[in-house]
Amino acid sequence: MKFADFVNEEAIRPDLGASDKESAIREMVEALVAAGQLAEDACESIISAILKREELGSTGIGRGIAVPHTKHPSVERLVGTVAISQSGVEFNSLDGEPVALFILLISPPDRPGDHLRALENISRQLRDETFCRFLRQSKSVEDVKTLLEEADNNQFAS
Amino acid sequence: MGESTLSATVTVANRQGLHLRPADLFVKTAKQFDAQIEVVKDALRVDGKSILDITTLGAAQGTQLAIIAIGEDAQAALDALVELIEQRLPQDDHEPVE
Repeated sequence: MKFADFVNEEAIRPDLGASDKESAIREMVEALVAAGQLAEDACESIISAILKREELGSTGIGRGIAVPHTKHPSVERLVGTVAISQSGVEFNSLDGEPVALFILLISPPDRPGDHLRALENISRQLRDETFCRFLRQSKSVEDVKTLLEEADNNQFAS
Repeated sequence: MGESTLSATVTVANRQGLHLRPADLFVKTAKQFDAQIEVVKDALRVDGKSILDITTLGAAQGTQLAIIAIGEDAQAALDALVELIEQRLPQDDHEPVE
């Protein structure tokens, strides 16, 4: 599953303002609401579901990367966005480092296969140092969009 | 005392497959041992102590994996990891671990 299959361009945030976990998650979920990808009345419920998942173990998996996610009945297909924090967000990461790169995923319940395939692709790209460096350096939605397209065309990780 | 290389085949038992949290639990378990751990799915062979490596496998329920352990505590590492994959992974992402 490629980035283009679940990342909504209008919800990409290359310069997150948030500096703490809850605000960062809120900013990304609200970006998806604004892009028409999530129902506005589901917003708070989605934010609290993502935070609840974080309590079981941070999705900040190290190297400045986090993949906050949840399942939620308000979505009919996998929905996601990409965000970058230029200053870094405290995220209780596994390595204790602040997070700069976020990929947020919301999947319909009972579609574990889609989530797994999105995660497989995301992991393959994020494992690539060059991809991560370029993503950190992205300053605009256009930069991020181009980079994700290049990743979808297998220009980074094999 | 010597280095041993041991391997075991496991089938992913939990319904959601090896998504982020099972991968995190796998890596945490693997890191309790000195042995080098590798996980193999078909032609992919990845580092068992890296979450991103494990999630790259996209291993759904029913997938067969080989776990390879290299080092003095290889047997203990293998036993712990096989038990984790086959019995101890939570079925649901929001379920706590025992």
